[in-house]
Amino acid sequence: MTADATPALVEDKQQTAAGPRVRKGSAYPRYLAGKVAGAAVSLLAVLVTSFFLFRLIPGDPVKTMTGGRQVSAEQLAAYRREFGLDLPLWRQFTDYCGKALTGDFGTSYQFRAPVVDKITEALPNTLLLTGTAFVLYTALGIFLGTRSAWRRGGLGDRVNTGLALTLYSIPSFWLGLLLIIVLSVGIGPIPGMFPTGGMESGGKEGFAYVVDVAHHLVLPVVTLVAVEYGQTLLVTRSALLDEMGSDYLTTARAKGLRDDLVRRRHAVPNALLPTVTLIFINLGRTVAGVILVETVFSWPGLGGLFYQALSVPDLPLVQGLFFVFAAAVIVMNTLADLVYPLLDPRVAR
Amino acid sequence: MGTNDQTRSLPRGLRLVAVAGAAALTLTAGLATPLDPAPRQARAADDGKKVLTVAVAQSVDSLSPFLAVRLLSTSIHRLMYEYLTNYDPKDNHAIPGLATKWESSPDKLTWTYTIRSNSTWSDGRQATAEDAAWTFNKMMTDDGAATANGSYVGNFRKVTAPSPTKLVIELKKPQATMTALDVPIVPKHVWEKVSDFSEFNNDKSFPIVGNGPFVLTGYKADSYVRLKANKSFWRGAPKFDELVFRYYKDQDAAVSALRKGEVSFVAGSPSLTPAQAASLEGAENIKVNDAPGRRFYALATNPGAKAKNGKKFGDGHPSLLDQRVRNALFMAVDRKAIIDKVFQGHAVEGEGYIPPRFSQYFWKPTASQKLAYDPAEAARLLDQAGYKKNGDGKRVGKDGKPITYRVLCHATDPNDKAVGKYLQEWWGDLGIGVRLNCLDNVTDPWLAGKYDLAFDGWSVNPDPDFVLSIHTCGALPATPEDTGATDNFICDKTYDELYARQLAEYDPAKRADIVKQMESRLYDLGYMNVMAYPNAVEAYRTDQIKSITTMPAKAGNIYGQDGYWSWWSAVPADSGGSSDNASSTGVVVGVVAGVVILGGLGAFAAMRRRATAEDRE
Repeated sequence: MTADATPALVEDKQQTAAGPRVRKGSAYPRYLAGKVAGAAVSLLAVLVTSFFLFRLIPGDPVKTMTGGRQVSAEQLAAYRREFGLDLPLWRQFTDYCGKALTGDFGTSYQFRAPVVDKITEALPNTLLLTGTAFVLYTALGIFLGTRSAWRRGGLGDRVNTGLALTLYSIPSFWLGLLLIIVLSVGIGPIPGMFPTGGMESGGKEGFAYVVDVAHHLVLPVVTLVAVEYGQTLLVTRSALLDEMGSDYLTTARAKGLRDDLVRRRHAVPNALLPTVTLIFINLGRTVAGVILVETVFSWPGLGGLFYQALSVPDLPLVQGLFFVFAAAVIVMNTLADLVYPLLDPRVAR
Repeated sequence: MGTNDQTRSLPRGLRLVAVAGAAALTLTAGLATPLDPAPRQARAADDGKKVLTVAVAQSVDSLSPFLAVRLLSTSIHRLMYEYLTNYDPKDNHAIPGLATKWESSPDKLTWTYTIRSNSTWSDGRQATAEDAAWTFNKMMTDDGAATANGSYVGNFRKVTAPSPTKLVIELKKPQATMTALDVPIVPKHVWEKVSDFSEFNNDKSFPIVGNGPFVLTGYKADSYVRLKANKSFWRGAPKFDELVFRYYKDQDAAVSALRKGEVSFVAGSPSLTPAQAASLEGAENIKVNDAPGRRFYALATNPGAKAKNGKKFGDGHPSLLDQRVRNALFMAVDRKAIIDKVFQGHAVEGEGYIPPRFSQYFWKPTASQKLAYDPAEAARLLDQAGYKKNGDGKRVGKDGKPITYRVLCHATDPNDKAVGKYLQEWWGDLGIGVRLNCLDNVTDPWLAGKYDLAFDGWSVNPDPDFVLSIHTCGALPATPEDTGATDNFICDKTYDELYARQLAEYDPAKRADIVKQMESRLYDLGYMNVMAYPNAVEAYRTDQIKSITTMPAKAGNIYGQDGYWSWWSAVPADSGGSSDNASSTGVVVGVVAGVVILGGLGAFAAMRRRATAEDRE
């Protein structure tokens, strides 16, 4: 009976306010410890996997790096020594693990710079792009998703869902190129308004620099929002539809609340759990960047770096990036696990 | 109680979004502020400066001339530092650079260079022979400093600077490439402070001291490289005030940027595709430069991989060891169709090993020697070699099995795949099967000799020594486990003798003659069949660049020249502004659009808040 579940939830909320410490106090720490331990094990597994996985990529990094250049056999051997590729695999592995645990992922073959430096250089750029897009598409998805569900079958719903599905199924690089042609170069009466790529024009400082970056940010963010918001919309919509038949909504209406309030105060909060899951998954993905959008707009982020690293293969850089990507997802999933009990205390029970 | 419950439960969903949003925003905003570690010596282009912006497809690997190997980075080093010699833009012959003249001793083992006294470093100090000697000595004694250009000093015995204008290089063996030492000479007083050459990337403090036509003033990884004109450059100051290399990962976006005027020049990766070129042809104020390229595109044959110690490895098809078979296969390749259909006219039909752009060394087969397209003759040759057709129309190998060749192709190169399809058709008509083996990374089977034929191509330098050396027996790997410098395991005594002779021949005309004999020999052997010389297709805005030197001067290319001619010589157009100014109106419009969007979001938030407040009452 749905009627049972809802009062229970309401009751929990009241208890949270009134002082339900006794029950929660016993369950939550254990729950928390379990999740954190699980995450630590996953991270360790990722560390090991990243070493072996990328050694399966065909290709000799030394040969690829020296390809097309005049190099002697002695030089090739010197490279192998320098990169530690002449050591037996198990030695390479123990060296890698030892260093990785102290946060040292070695030196990139192609850039001759510490992997950590290359990653910290590109990470803020990726976060700026994907973070901004994330906030916008999540807000837009939830907003439109709830409207859609509430007026299910109406014209608004059909247009909304149709548009979201269409945009969701469009390849992001294609949409990006289209936006460049229309809004950046300009077509017919539409003037070219935005830069064709990159993150900045260079040589600007202070406020002018911030404006310049924001200007470069518009098109890639619009592209990302357009292709991503549909997912949040659909999940929110279907979750809300599940709730809509619930008795507690009838009760709320019976109290004389306006329909708008019934939706916002009663239905949406209860329907948000699946969306929260999605939010955290998306949050984890923000770090991995969006390789296609970064490529189309020449955004200097982690996605592009990963592609460059894979093509050599620049093993230290690939391993470092893979670890960071995986770690972001694991950390965010763990965070989601930690947040659930706060949203719905039944989870930790 | 009901109301109480409602007010508490209402914001929860929204609060959640708000919290997540705020967290992400704080995170990104916080990180966004210190985003730009690059110093800002370079100023904005709004002050009437003439800026030349070049769209490039490559990112910089390193700004240290001792480490950089990518074309973009080495081209930038050409602009930052003088080399001893340069190449004439007209015909590629060696001309003065930092050295004004040079001579060799009668025993061919000592070279003496006179260093010019009118070249100064951008910090005001004089560039001297001491700087050159220090650069070479560093490369000879420090493995880290030998990373990129170590091969140039491999044969050096001793390098000294007896006076500020005199540089002496003593060799172990004669070496004809002494006027083609493509090594950037760096200022000793700056570089002697570097402790670890293997990890110093020269990208932390700007401007970087140099003596080339441009001085590097700013760099940001995967974004841009900024240089300003060196007004005191000895050959004369460049005409543009600034030169910016802007990184475009996607070449369609780069073409859009050219169309818009955001960049002045686009080279493509490595060249514009026929579709990109076609879309720009006839566009207003844009010139497409379809120039002879420096690459050759060939079909390499596995001659039976072997190592210097005599051990054979790999599994090349034994029938390919017969010269008649190799020649027959090439005679069944319709090179004209490849130019027309695959390259869509943006290439020249292949002849000898070295492209016609390098006129000094270009060689063509004689009429009797030429393996012209002739499928009937090819079939006859195969019959003669004993590879006859069986009842199914398939030619049979000595082992009695139908012949199918494995052709190694680069999955990333659409030309390889297209030509591969044609080979299946043409050789299929001969009764020979073709299995295309398209891989992202062909290195592994290539080095292991596990292929029959392969698509191959090299970019040729004005001095052809390197592309010639990769077919000598000396380039084979020491053992099958090692990696040699060899291209496809060719080892031929006649060719090797000619190679040694040209390397010791200091007379340019005589050396060119020997090089041509080597090309002839390579052609006859049939292990390297050049199908085409792909053009360098690039484009620039004529309303930003009035004129620019191509190399060769008559119908040559602009990007990736041997020398700094293009960017040094480029003359700004009078009318249109420079590339950076073109986007300033865009900035205004864009900012307005951004403000409107933000305003809209703000209004939306405000409305929601008001609604909530009303509801509470």
